[in-house]
Amino acid sequence: MLCAQSIEKKRFYMSIQFNEQQMAECKRLIARYPEGKQKSALLPVLHLAQESFDGWLSTETMDYVASVLSIEPIEVYEVASFYSMYNLKPVGQFVFEVCQTGPCMVSGSDNIITYIQQQLDIKPGETTKDGIFTLKLVECLGACGYAPMMQVGKIYKEHLTKEKVDAIITEYRSQAAVKN
Amino acid sequence: MGVKLLLDKAHVPGIRTYDVYRREGGYRSVEKALKEMTPESIVEEVKKSGLRGRGGAGFPAGMKWSFIAKPEGVPRHLVCNADESEPGTFKDRYLMEFLPHLLLEGLIVSSFALGSNDTYIYIRGEYAWITDILEEAIKEAHANGWLGKNILGTGFDCNIHVQRGAGAYICGEETALIESLEGNRGNPRIKPPFPAIQGLWQRPTVVNNVETLASIGPIINMGGDEYAKIGVGRSTGTKLISACGNINKPGVYEIDMTISVEDFIYSDEFCGGIANGKKLKACIPGGSSVPILPANLLLKTAKGETRYMNYESLSDGGFATGSMMGSGGFIVLDEDQCIVKNTYTLARFYRHESCGQCSPCREGTGWMEKILQKIETGKGSMSDIDLLWDIQRKIEGNTICPLGDAAAWPVAAAIRHFRDEFEWHINNPELSQTSNFGLQHYADPIHVPA
Repeated sequence: MLCAQSIEKKRFYMSIQFNEQQMAECKRLIARYPEGKQKSALLPVLHLAQESFDGWLSTETMDYVASVLSIEPIEVYEVASFYSMYNLKPVGQFVFEVCQTGPCMVSGSDNIITYIQQQLDIKPGETTKDGIFTLKLVECLGACGYAPMMQVGKIYKEHLTKEKVDAIITEYRSQAAVKN
Repeated sequence: MGVKLLLDKAHVPGIRTYDVYRREGGYRSVEKALKEMTPESIVEEVKKSGLRGRGGAGFPAGMKWSFIAKPEGVPRHLVCNADESEPGTFKDRYLMEFLPHLLLEGLIVSSFALGSNDTYIYIRGEYAWITDILEEAIKEAHANGWLGKNILGTGFDCNIHVQRGAGAYICGEETALIESLEGNRGNPRIKPPFPAIQGLWQRPTVVNNVETLASIGPIINMGGDEYAKIGVGRSTGTKLISACGNINKPGVYEIDMTISVEDFIYSDEFCGGIANGKKLKACIPGGSSVPILPANLLLKTAKGETRYMNYESLSDGGFATGSMMGSGGFIVLDEDQCIVKNTYTLARFYRHESCGQCSPCREGTGWMEKILQKIETGKGSMSDIDLLWDIQRKIEGNTICPLGDAAAWPVAAAIRHFRDEFEWHINNPELSQTSNFGLQHYADPIHVPA
C-alpha cells in the first residue's frame, strides 16, 4: 500500500517539471546572480512556475522549485505565502484583480467592483462555476491616474466603466472558448 | 512653463527605441562620464546638483553615494528601486514605459561612479509589461556597446538585470527590497548596518529610486552647478508629479518646483482644475503616507503665504499645518469625497502591506482598519476617535522601518484636520450612510494670527 502510494506520488511529481524552453528561461534567471546565490532567483522562478503550471503554486510545484534552486521547501513556502501575486489555491483561467485603494476609490472603483460581482455572479476571492473567471480585490497597482482599473494577467485595463467591463468579460469569454 | 529635463523628449515618436533615443542626443552623459570623468568627480557633480532622493524620503543622493564602503576585493552593487507602490504614485512607471533608455543611461553612469559591475533593477511584479520593455532596452544597449565588457574601451564592465517583485509594498523600503532580491520575504532589516556598508549579499550597496537615477544623465550633461540653479532653495532640479483623483487631467507632470499648488491644480497645463465643476476639499500631496490637507491649508500656509510645489513649502508648518513632498503622488479629493472612507481605505492598505515583523505596526494597522470601518459604517462611538489617535501615536517611531509611520500619519492628519467630519459620522449613524459631510468650512480662508 505504502509502496503504491509513493509510486503514485512520484508520478505526480514528474508531471510538475519545466519543459525545455521553461528550463532554459529558468537557467537564464539563475545566471543573473553570483555563484552560490541562486536563491535570489526564487521570485522570478516562482513567477515562471505559476505561469507554467495552471496559474497557481501547489505544494508539489513549490517543492519542485525548491529542488531546481537547491534550497529547502520551507524557504519556498515562506516566500510564496508572503507575496500577494502568488496564488496558493487554484484560480480561474483569467483573474480580474480590481484595485480598491484610495485613489481608485475616489474615482468610483466601488461601483465597478459591485458591477463585476453582479455580472459574474461571484464574490471577491471566488471563481465562476465554469472556471473562467476569478475576482480578486487588490491594493494599489500604480495606475491611480487612470482609475478605476484592474489587472488581467500581464495587462492593465484602465479608465473602467460598466460598458468597458462588459466588453472585457466578452473578450475573455471568447478567448476561453477558443482555448477550451 | 518651466524647464523639462526628464520628459522633454517623451513625446518624440519612437523614443522608446535605442535608435531614436540616441539620435535625440541620448547616451551623451555615458560618453562624458566614462571618458572624461572619474567616479569621484561624478559623485562630486551629483553632490553639487543638490539632487534629493525622489522615492519619498528626499535624502541628498550625492551624500548617499559618498557613504558606500570600498573594502578591497568585495564587489559593490547599485540597485534601482522600481517597486513603485505608494498609492497615488505612478511616475516611475511612466519613465520606464516611455523612456527606458533614460533610466539605463543614468544607471550606467551611476554604476561607473559607484563601481557596480552588476546592477539590478527591482521592479514591482505587477509592472510585467514594463519588465519586457526594460529587457528589450537592455538588449539594445548591449548591442550598441553601452553595456557588457569594456564599455567604450574604458575597461569598465557593467551588466543590468531586471528582477520582478511579486506584490509587496514593503519591498519599496530599501532593506526589504534587498531581502527580496536575495529571494526572501520582504522583511526590513534593522539598521545599522546600512546597505552602503552591508547590503545585497552583505556587499556595499546603494539603492536609488528610478527618477533619481534618471536625473543623473541630465546632471552630468549640464553640470551639477547648472542643475542646482533650477528650482528653489534645497529643492533643486525638476520633479515628476503624478496627479490623480478628482481632477480634469490626471497624469504625470514634470515641474521645476517654483509653481504654486494652486496653479498646479487649476492651470490647464497641469491638473486642469477639479473635475465636473466641483470644489476642492482636500489633497494628499505626496503619496498616501503623507498628511492630508484641507483645501485652505493646501493652497496657503498657516502664515497665509502661498504654498508652492517643493520640499520646503509643502512641509511648511510641520505636521501641524503642513504636509510633505513625498513621492510626488498628488491625490486630489473633491467636495463629494468622504474623508472617513478615504482614511479607511488607506488604513486597509497599510494593514494589508504590513510585513508583520513589529507588533506596533502588525497589530496597530489592523486595529486602525477595524475602528475606521466601524465609524465608516455608522457603528462608531466618540471614544473611537481618541482611540485611533492613541493607536497611531503608539505606532509612529516604534517600528524597524518607516511603514509604521506611513500608516500612522494619514490617520493622524485626517483626525487633526477633519475631526468634525468623524464626529458627524458618529452622531449621524444613519444619515452618514446615505449622504456626505460635504465641503463645510474646509476651503474657508484661514485665520492668520497677526
